[in-house]
Amino acid sequence: MGNVFLGSGSFISTGVLVETPESIDLEAEPAGIVVRGLAFTIDFLIRAIVLFVLGLALAFSGEAGMGVMLISWFLLEWFYPVFFEVFRAGQTPGKKKMGLRVVNDDLTPVGWGTSMIRNLLRWADFFPVLYTAGLATMAWNRYSQRLGDLAAGTLVIYSRKESMRSAGSDIRANPPPFQLEREDQVAFVGFAQRSQQLSEQRQQELADILGPLLPVHASQRVDYVRAVGQWLLGGRQ
Amino acid sequence: MKQQDFEHQHQALWEHLEELLATASMKETVGALRGLPANYRQVCHHLALAKHRRYSPFLVDRLNEIVVACHNLLYSQSARFRYQWLRFLLVDYPCVLHNNRRFIWAATFLFVGPFIALGLLCYFDPDFIYSVMDWEQVRQMESMYDPAARVLGREREADTDLLMFGHYIQNNIGIAFREFAGGIFFGVITVVVLIFNGVVLGAVTGHLTQLGYISTFYPFVIGHGSFELTAIVLSGAAGLKLGMALIDPGSAMRLAALRTAGREAVQIVLGAAVMLLIAAFLEAFWSSKASLSIPLKIGVGALLWILVLGYLMFAGRSHRRAGADSVN
Repeated sequence: MGNVFLGSGSFISTGVLVETPESIDLEAEPAGIVVRGLAFTIDFLIRAIVLFVLGLALAFSGEAGMGVMLISWFLLEWFYPVFFEVFRAGQTPGKKKMGLRVVNDDLTPVGWGTSMIRNLLRWADFFPVLYTAGLATMAWNRYSQRLGDLAAGTLVIYSRKESMRSAGSDIRANPPPFQLEREDQVAFVGFAQRSQQLSEQRQQELADILGPLLPVHASQRVDYVRAVGQWLLGGRQ
Repeated sequence: MKQQDFEHQHQALWEHLEELLATASMKETVGALRGLPANYRQVCHHLALAKHRRYSPFLVDRLNEIVVACHNLLYSQSARFRYQWLRFLLVDYPCVLHNNRRFIWAATFLFVGPFIALGLLCYFDPDFIYSVMDWEQVRQMESMYDPAARVLGREREADTDLLMFGHYIQNNIGIAFREFAGGIFFGVITVVVLIFNGVVLGAVTGHLTQLGYISTFYPFVIGHGSFELTAIVLSGAAGLKLGMALIDPGSAMRLAALRTAGREAVQIVLGAAVMLLIAAFLEAFWSSKASLSIPLKIGVGALLWILVLGYLMFAGRSHRRAGADSVN
């Protein structure tokens, strides 16, 4: 589809950028095959368990029970995802567990129409066996959309988790040792803010990359880089 | 401006919005959301500034999240009109059908053509049925409608009716959905399903007519036939529409054409599903009642046919857009 040649970055990045009428780019990251497969497995198990329990409950109510069972099967098979996607902001229980969400490709929430299309076409994705068509489409396509997603114009994206927001107030600010380029400033600030999510070894490893450029002893590099980050953020103590 | 000063300056607004977004939905009173559009534009501005000034990814993420949530809230569709479904039934759906009449005609042809052909073949050649079904299926079908055995007259229990209702829903609506979904493979599967159904139903009709099982077969099928056969054709038309969007996307890109086609096609198929629901109800609770007299059943059946065909032809007439796809 031509869009491969838009720029060198587009080979690697799978991120989605959508421009709103306020000319702001919204960003989202589409989820890949594995995590969606896991979400599907969870949903599949939930449906299987519900049907099993229902089967036990209705086992002694004869043919009428069988009729109710068939209707429940029909509803679970076709409308389980639709129900959750429309009423639970694009998240079936499986997707919620895996931190995923279904949205339109302009990142607005899905409505009845789009959700119905993508879930009715689930059958086409299953075709001929075990989601062959769907998996092939997802592997071939840049945003991991299955046939249903392509026809409905939907994406499955990661719904962001709460992230750490401050660099931590325990860090003393320290001016950079020399004038830093924009990109370098972003790197320092990023390190300062993310350092608490990284193991100590990894922090040390990253700080060591700068090794000889820093005017401090090896054991103090991590603290020094964080302090510069804090200073760039505006800290002055 | 340093990031921390920026954060400090606007923290209150962001926190206010985050708190609002955590609980708000469009259904709530408009009062609670007053000022949201202005605040939203404000945060959009902040996000643009934060990106431009290369503030940290965390701040950009946070603002991005607020913007996305506001955007979703402001731009989501709300079903404010209570009688929308009535309008859909009387105006929108018939208009969708009208706009897609070439697909409906094509599906009708693919279904009715084999139906008539096999009907005639099986009517004039009593053995022809065996080239469509195997011996066991033919025997079962014959015994079901044999007037001598009056098996159809098996006065079923209410329980069995419910079982059959469930079966018809699960099976028939499932088939309609697959017929639609199969359209994405360039319409091939839809065409096959339409022809297959035409062949089997035509063969059965021709064969039973030839056997003279008229008094059992026709009163049984006429009641739900109107809804069921129409729904098979309509979901077929929806599938063909999907397929055609891929085969001949016109001036649009294939994916874009598929999406546009999907929006209308899914409406067609949902209408068909409702029809099949009605058909399942009729087939389970009305058609199978042997206690009802044959003239009554034929009469009601004919009335339903008139109702369905009349709806297809005349509903929403005054709202049709003149000159949209001028095929047929």
